[in-house]
Amino acid sequence: MSMLHIVNKSPFERVAFASCLAHANAGDSILMIEDAVVGAVDGSSFSDKVKAAMSDKTVYVLGADLAARGLEGKAMEGIVSVDYAGFVDLTANNDTTQSWL
Amino acid sequence: MSTKNFLFVNRKAPYGTVYALESLEVVLISAAFEQNVSLAFIDDGVYQITKGQNSKGIGMKNFSPTFRALGDYDITKLYVSTESLAERGLTVDDLMELTYEDADDDYAEKPSIILVNREEMAAMMAEQEVILSF
Repeated sequence: MSMLHIVNKSPFERVAFASCLAHANAGDSILMIEDAVVGAVDGSSFSDKVKAAMSDKTVYVLGADLAARGLEGKAMEGIVSVDYAGFVDLTANNDTTQSWL
Repeated sequence: MSTKNFLFVNRKAPYGTVYALESLEVVLISAAFEQNVSLAFIDDGVYQITKGQNSKGIGMKNFSPTFRALGDYDITKLYVSTESLAERGLTVDDLMELTYEDADDDYAEKPSIILVNREEMAAMMAEQEVILSF
């Protein structure tokens, strides 16, 4: 059973992103959208947690949200950028989704 | 109608926003459709089931007694994060005593609250087919 975790809140303002990482299982996928994309930036106080998650989970970011915030090219290596069609594919290819509101 | 494993994830404190009350409403609706329902209380969600809530002073309805009724709807699995309790200076003694009567065991009264750590919570989530977050 694979799960897609969707996060949309900045990890610097809310604990939702940290809670997501704490509860995701190995093999799960994590997708950052909306304000959560700031969590993709390398060298932040949160980036070590994302890097740790990438050891056994796949981390995605919605490219349009990253670009909107001027953060394209600042994402850490290993994070997979997806477009809206890729977002749909992720929801279709996982058994369940969980939104961390 | 097929039965699925439904999990309601509660991560917000009551009263400040409508999420907690809305979650409880949907939980009760799901019970009417005879699904296998579990609830999770994580982060500020643990404040939803503290005992001794008194909302008179803020002019809002205290909906915490409704959690006591869940057992009558066969909703008997309320998973509570031990880390979230500890981070907030709370213990299980600060929570309401939520129980259900086990029809398979001569209607013995049993606790509905199940204390779990993060690993156990994650494993429980992996068994779910539908997850609704509030």
